[in-house]
Amino acid sequence: MLKSKTFLKKTRAGGVMKIVREHYLRDDIGCGAPGCAACGGAHEGPALEPQPQDPASSVCPQPHYLLPDTNVLLHQIVSAWRPGTWASVASSLRLPGSLETYVEQEQGENANDRNDRAIRVAAKWYNEHLKKMSADNQLQVIFITNDRRNKEKAIEEGIPAFTCEEYVKSLTANPELIDRLACLSEEGNEIESGKIIFSEHLPLSKLQQGIKSGTYLQGTFRASRENYLEATVWIHGDNEENKEIILQGLKHLNRAVHEDIVAVELLPKSQWVAPSSVVLHDEGQNEEDVEKEEETERMLKTAVSEKMLKPTGRVVGIIKRNWRPYCGMLSKSDIKESRRHLFTPADKRIPRIRIETRQASTLEGRRIIVAIDGWPRNSRYPNGHFVRNLGDVGEKETETEVLLLEHDVPHQPFSQAVLSFLPKMPWSITEKDMKNREDLRHLCICSVDPPGCTDIDDALHCRELENGNLEVGVHIADVSHFIRPGNALDQESARRGTTVYLCEKRIDMVPELLSSNLCSLKCDVDRLAFSCIWEMNHNAEILKTKFTKSVINSKASLTYAEAQLRIDSANMNDDITTSLRGLNKLAKILKKRRIEKGALTLSSPEVRFHMDSETHDPIDLQTKELRETNSMVEEFMLLANISVAKKIHEEFSEHALLRKHPAPPPSNYEILVKAARSRNLEIKTDTAKSLAESLDQAESPTFPYLNTLLRILATRCMMQAVYFCSGMDNDFHHYGLASPIYTHFTSPIRRYADVIVHRLLAVAIGADCTYPELTDKHKLADICKNLNFRHKMAQYAQRASVAFHTQLFFKSKGIVSEEAYILFVRKNAIVVLIPKYGLEGTVFFEEKDKPNPQLIYDDEIPSLKIEDTVFHVFDKVKVKIMLDSSNLQHQKIRMSLVEPQIPGISIPTDTSNMDLNGPKKKKMKLGK
Amino acid sequence: MAGLELLSDQGYRVDGRRAGELRKIQARMGVFAQADGSAYIEQGNTKALAVVYGPHEIRGSRARALPDRALVNCQYSSATFSTGERKRRPHGDRKSCEMGLQLRQTFEAAILTQLHPRSQIDIYVQVLQADGGTYAACVNAATLAVLDAGIPMRDFVCACSAGFVDGTALADLSHVEEAAGGPQLALALLPASGQIALLEMDARLHEDHLERVLEAAAQAARDVHTLLDRVVRQHRAELRGGHRLVLGAGFPAADPAHLHVGERHGLHHGGGAVCGRRPCPGFCPGLRRPPQEVGGSASGLA
Repeated sequence: MLKSKTFLKKTRAGGVMKIVREHYLRDDIGCGAPGCAACGGAHEGPALEPQPQDPASSVCPQPHYLLPDTNVLLHQIVSAWRPGTWASVASSLRLPGSLETYVEQEQGENANDRNDRAIRVAAKWYNEHLKKMSADNQLQVIFITNDRRNKEKAIEEGIPAFTCEEYVKSLTANPELIDRLACLSEEGNEIESGKIIFSEHLPLSKLQQGIKSGTYLQGTFRASRENYLEATVWIHGDNEENKEIILQGLKHLNRAVHEDIVAVELLPKSQWVAPSSVVLHDEGQNEEDVEKEEETERMLKTAVSEKMLKPTGRVVGIIKRNWRPYCGMLSKSDIKESRRHLFTPADKRIPRIRIETRQASTLEGRRIIVAIDGWPRNSRYPNGHFVRNLGDVGEKETETEVLLLEHDVPHQPFSQAVLSFLPKMPWSITEKDMKNREDLRHLCICSVDPPGCTDIDDALHCRELENGNLEVGVHIADVSHFIRPGNALDQESARRGTTVYLCEKRIDMVPELLSSNLCSLKCDVDRLAFSCIWEMNHNAEILKTKFTKSVINSKASLTYAEAQLRIDSANMNDDITTSLRGLNKLAKILKKRRIEKGALTLSSPEVRFHMDSETHDPIDLQTKELRETNSMVEEFMLLANISVAKKIHEEFSEHALLRKHPAPPPSNYEILVKAARSRNLEIKTDTAKSLAESLDQAESPTFPYLNTLLRILATRCMMQAVYFCSGMDNDFHHYGLASPIYTHFTSPIRRYADVIVHRLLAVAIGADCTYPELTDKHKLADICKNLNFRHKMAQYAQRASVAFHTQLFFKSKGIVSEEAYILFVRKNAIVVLIPKYGLEGTVFFEEKDKPNPQLIYDDEIPSLKIEDTVFHVFDKVKVKIMLDSSNLQHQKIRMSLVEPQIPGISIPTDTSNMDLNGPKKKKMKLGK
Repeated sequence: MAGLELLSDQGYRVDGRRAGELRKIQARMGVFAQADGSAYIEQGNTKALAVVYGPHEIRGSRARALPDRALVNCQYSSATFSTGERKRRPHGDRKSCEMGLQLRQTFEAAILTQLHPRSQIDIYVQVLQADGGTYAACVNAATLAVLDAGIPMRDFVCACSAGFVDGTALADLSHVEEAAGGPQLALALLPASGQIALLEMDARLHEDHLERVLEAAAQAARDVHTLLDRVVRQHRAELRGGHRLVLGAGFPAADPAHLHVGERHGLHHGGGAVCGRRPCPGFCPGLRRPPQEVGGSASGLA
């Protein structure tokens, strides 16, 4: 079965080392074609189709398999060819290990050439092999390569070979495929203006050398959302200085795209710049305005104080591209009959992409997906190709799809493999389930949730014990009972990480059967739960903590309002109500104690849409209301999370999944402190406690909303809370909650982190068995990384969904004027918040075609002086809100100033009864 | 070692083997005439030489003699040129001492030491080239050498290493796989009874996985046994063949079921059917005495 060949491999420098490796060549690797007598069932991988369906190619009429070479495969994998016609990709890659097709590197031959030769040998072998298989059946393997020399050699050796383009063009049945072909053809470049815009990227080997010696820095490229000529690079590694490098100007960005891993070179200090506060969007249609751009670039470099200068650099090479397919829209070329068009991605950080298509007119006004193929040195924009059509712009389904795709939210329906791990219905609790489980069905447990909630993952109870103490229980849905480690269901939920709540849609982490039925702690049914039960005295001091798996039967599913009503009404004295009152009393004490310790109460404007029940259009906006019962439930969830965190960390010091919230660096607070100072208030930020206290004291009798505004600003200063593995970190502190240790235990239906925590806790109390991955801290760290990413993305998607619905709302509502407060002051704009809608927007003061008003920006206070009016943070203004549909891609809420009136800037107050076109024109002037 | 894929998606290892496959094993017995027993083994690129003296009287301090059984003395050394970087000391370092102790433990469990009280058996093993699985190669070589010396044993001792990568147990790790830093387990097995002579692992491995890795190592050890068994039979056949030449006639030819005609003693294990029988009852007496004695007795017979 084995043939062996031993050969000497190269010596390595630095103490000469001789490496002896052996390699076994196999004679048992099948060709993958089913029914091949010679190979039998030796092939285990994905098999080829028995009879490749004829894709009606004019160059090759008989049925055939395709064998692409490595480059074709890498670049054209997205092209939607019929999968069956691909010769098993795996086989082409592993054939070098097979005895018949083994190719030894010849002298003077480099690795690439050897690779090409190996593939040619494989193609030849395949052809001979298939001929042997059956003489009458004219199966053939066609070799696809884009390399001219490789093709010539192949034809010399008698292998039918074509370039990718030749082949796809010959597919008479599918003419649209040519659009999807990644354009790599050399002719393509010749048409471009011959002028070279960008400097060359250095080869990887040189970059690595440079990074090692410190001349270059490696980091993640992050384009700016607001200014297409500016980007920052986050340097990898822990060196404190030069953590963030600014890149300015097209040439310095040097074809890097958002999220790429790049190597940058620092510029000399004399060329350092400060981040500009100008908002700039790429508007140019043609290539010739490179000079014009240089002009704008110069504009960016306004004189600034020495202190503001940040390390500045330029991209010298790309270490790893992180391109993905992008959603966006086609901006049709002005030239008729042109096949080249620019594509504008929805994400403003992605440059526009040039694509070639013949169906421009049908794609206009639709959301499409485009992939980048490359960015030649002489091209202003990257080249790409069309992938998929999502639907009409503005359609709710299309827009939802776009925002899910853009935020990388997995939203496909669950696969059969996943669903097969669901429990069979009808489901009931069996003897086996009761093992290691306590029967708590007799307890008076109830759940309190927002209205319309179907995935209830927590329930509570409180009762007085005989010794006068109180017993408080938090019961969490036992999701880990249904999701067993390692199966497809577990893997899928781990991948999704979290349930994503959009305005009118919920993207579940686990299939609905679990999320809304078997795991949901609905009232009056027996449900499996994981309970955390404390014995407390009336002073809310914990005397005893117990964790147990249990069976519960919730007596009532209440909304926050209903629960509040029960607590408040004097004549209700049933078990549930007394239980709630007890909980409420304890929660108040707990909250007080927590705040004394320095927990922050922050604020962010949250809105809720009232949907039309039929059209699902938003008909009203409402800021979320907070009741006592909200904080009651929250207190006990926090308590449960903290208790569980302590327990699992005690038990698994190396691999407990915890959540931490790092303290923000003092510089984050600058905005807040400055803003408060402008109102003669002092905010102390040295500790969480002093921050909380100074926020409490920061009140102005004439301006009651100020405190909320300050809290909103403070929220913006915070860091992101993250999951981590306790063995990989030693700072566990949760800044916002002022708790030394914290985790997530209470929402396993919608967060995967909780599922892991449940498993850890179950092992800790001996209720479940452990499994290998659970105690592997590197695997756990990987899970944490994914969860943090998914949570962040879910949050962004949620915000994007709110923004979209706000637009729909204002579309139906027309133009309104509202009071607003200034949150931030920028160089040429102010950012305002409208409390009524919880809506944030930017009012621009500079336009392209109009003489700029005189703007004086003061960074220290911060204030912006326009003509004679000065704007400070927290100033009250009146703005007009309307929907701007001038840019179909980014329909947005446009705000313009109404009060205070500045001639030439603000718009008159009585425009509200003008027809729709009137203000639109005006606003368009005001925009940009 | 980042970026090195120890197990490909298709299930092949870096050197082209599948997860449970051994490297090519070649072995020879009786390589030295001076020693009582000797053997040489190659497992892939790992090459080891074993020499056995004894049982003989206790050398050195008599106090070490055991009243009820023989003393097994094992010494391990590794040639300075055995590894990629030249070693400073060929023997006497910590690793060699430890390996010696492990070998001793292994063979005390296998050799019927109670048959030779107050005597000593010396096993010297030298690794000529190290490419992973040195312990296993040493044990296998030493087993053959002990058999060559004719010292009675309970059974063969067959050893093999196994590792664990990406949820799959790999048998007979090569140096590249060992250096990647995953858990590695060494197992010495008495295949007939399935008893374990030595099991050693110094890495963290979840207990759920241990079973599978152990099974992979045990299966590999059983495979090694099949091969070693064939080596022994062939050696016997050669000896008999040799005597036939000396004596002219009178000895039966080698059992054809045990030998592949035309196979050189380099011992390919390719393709052929493997003798599934337990060690045939006739081989032990033939080997118990050194060849020259066999010759003597044979002439006595004649």
